[in-house]
Amino acid sequence: MTAYIIRRLLQLPITVFGVTVLIFAMTLVLSPVERSALYMRDFPKHEGALEALIRRYGLADPFHVQYWRWLVGRVDPETGERVGGVLRGDLGFSRSGRQPVIDVILHRLPASIELALWSVVPIIGIGIWLGVIAAIHHNRFIDQAARVFSIIGWSFPTFVFALLVLMVFYAKLRWFPPGRLSDWATWAVMAPEFHRYTQLNTIDALLNGRWDIFWDALRHMILPIITLCYIQWAMLLRLTRSSMLEALRQDYMTTARAKGLPERTVINRHALPNALIPVVTVGGITVVNLVNGVVITETVFNFPGMGSAAASAAQTLDVLTVLGFVLLSSVLFIVANLLVDVLYAFLDPRVRLG
Amino acid sequence: MTVEAVPAQEATQETLFTPEQVEWRLRELTGLERLLGPEWYRILRGLFTYPLSLTGLIIITVFVLVAAFAPTLAPPVRPNADPLLIPRDGFGPEPKPPGAVWMREAPPIPFWYKVLTGKDEWVHLMGTASGQFDIYYGVVWGTRTALFAGFMVTFSTVIIGLIVGSLAAFYGGWLDDLLMRITEIFMAFPFLLAALTLSAILVPKLGRSIWPPMIALIIFGWDRYARVIRGEILSAKERDYVLAGRAVGVRDARLIIRHILPNTIYPILVMASFRLGDAVLSFAALSFLGVGTQIGYADWGQIISFARDWILSLDTHWYIIVFPGTALIVFGLGWNLIGDALRDILDPRLRGARR
Repeated sequence: MTAYIIRRLLQLPITVFGVTVLIFAMTLVLSPVERSALYMRDFPKHEGALEALIRRYGLADPFHVQYWRWLVGRVDPETGERVGGVLRGDLGFSRSGRQPVIDVILHRLPASIELALWSVVPIIGIGIWLGVIAAIHHNRFIDQAARVFSIIGWSFPTFVFALLVLMVFYAKLRWFPPGRLSDWATWAVMAPEFHRYTQLNTIDALLNGRWDIFWDALRHMILPIITLCYIQWAMLLRLTRSSMLEALRQDYMTTARAKGLPERTVINRHALPNALIPVVTVGGITVVNLVNGVVITETVFNFPGMGSAAASAAQTLDVLTVLGFVLLSSVLFIVANLLVDVLYAFLDPRVRLG
Repeated sequence: MTVEAVPAQEATQETLFTPEQVEWRLRELTGLERLLGPEWYRILRGLFTYPLSLTGLIIITVFVLVAAFAPTLAPPVRPNADPLLIPRDGFGPEPKPPGAVWMREAPPIPFWYKVLTGKDEWVHLMGTASGQFDIYYGVVWGTRTALFAGFMVTFSTVIIGLIVGSLAAFYGGWLDDLLMRITEIFMAFPFLLAALTLSAILVPKLGRSIWPPMIALIIFGWDRYARVIRGEILSAKERDYVLAGRAVGVRDARLIIRHILPNTIYPILVMASFRLGDAVLSFAALSFLGVGTQIGYADWGQIISFARDWILSLDTHWYIIVFPGTALIVFGLGWNLIGDALRDILDPRLRGARR
């Protein structure tokens, strides 16, 4: 067990290293001239500006030199100080955000985190519950309905679903508006007497005792949450269902029933814990689906989080910003997967001992 | 079930066929089975007997037919222009609802339209998007884009996955370690965000077309196949027929291609049919996010992205989402139904059990 965790921990830096190499290699698809344009904040004023930039930043150097410089920064020839470098938090300047990429990320992150936090509970809770219900009622109406729901959800593109939801609940019914806060609430949140403890609107509103702002923030998040949930339920339902069916077929279920335990106890205490072990493995997929889903969901609902920033940066071909986001989310994904694997080893004796 | 209520004699008689039926069945079975081999025959028969997979097959057939007969269903306005660019009816910003009459430069009216409606006026059957792009034309010709992109992405990813997976599994050792580490690195990326990034980088290089999103989907899509194929081959490698092949001196490449792959192809088939629908959905998502085809290209995601300008009035401009969105959903559903049925047919645990 310990050896397994240590081995996984040792793999972590290798994977992260590979990810950074790959991300940097992606930029090398562009020629030095094209890349020098990424660093330009203004239109070049005189001839030879691009060449000067290529020389100054060494954009025509061999791959490993450039990669190392990208990672740890370069030594400025005039002052002799080390500037930039991804490891020091310099991801370049975001043209679409008009500030350094790292600031864009920090600025946009709370909104996405808030959205993700509110989505995780219904995703996992309802998704697993649906799967268990379907498995218990195997091949009956609920099961068939769940199957159909899951296969349709599987084929439903997020952005189409999001737009349809928006069409019904916003354009038609005017219940849930897009955006993050209404105008009055935005002003109230920015007012000096409103303390920003966490940057998460709902939590800050509660801490400040402002129920109206809390409700407003939640109202703006309901449609994105539904969208994020819907795509995940399809997958979680299917996985929980098959895993639960497997557990229900085991001999210890017969034993438990033979002991005369009530059906409720048999299912909740004997089948469910075992059925949920494989479900833990989708934890990592849930995280990555959230990241992917957040890109589209936030874009459609005009929710000012990380995902919509990445999408609008990609749309204006602002490469450095998108790279920053992809770097952050891949590292997040790797860590999440590691946690899931460790948790899995912890939960399942077959893995722990094997 | 009251089994004992039915006399044994009757029960067996019900399942028996007349000699003519038996003979006819045998002849038909052997003919087709000889042609396809028992395994493929079983798969094909399964696909045609499960109602869900039959629905999937019908859906995909319809899409293929629409793609094939696109010039008849939605004739291009100018015969010499690229038919995949949606013709425009003027340049007005306000979308027109379905049934609006085509004002200028109407395409030739297809014969079936006159027969069905008896009218001589070509209308926007599914309305227009902002900029007066005809949605009907885009949906019809978009089937070509979807099928092409779907097949290209799936085919390329399967081939790369096959090469990487079989090399890793067959040779093992350091090559396996290296290839699997590389695969893991590719898997560490959130798929959509990575594809979004790469196509955003490729667009300035290649221009707006279907290639940047397709290349991006291929580059970040092969990793899952590689992993599955490696697992399959690892288990196939230990079988007796591989040992036998080795013993008589069959070369490695021939052993992989002629003996191991045919026995591991089925799980790949399941994955590929699922992923084909997925690939088209991801392709449309990239187009929707604006890193794909140029504006006005016949591509479902591209058409749906017009709806983003009309969020406030989506209830009146519903047709911008509903028609291409339905095409996209039904397309994905078709492949998923086939994939679902294939998985059940090929799952040895479910073999022989009818749902």
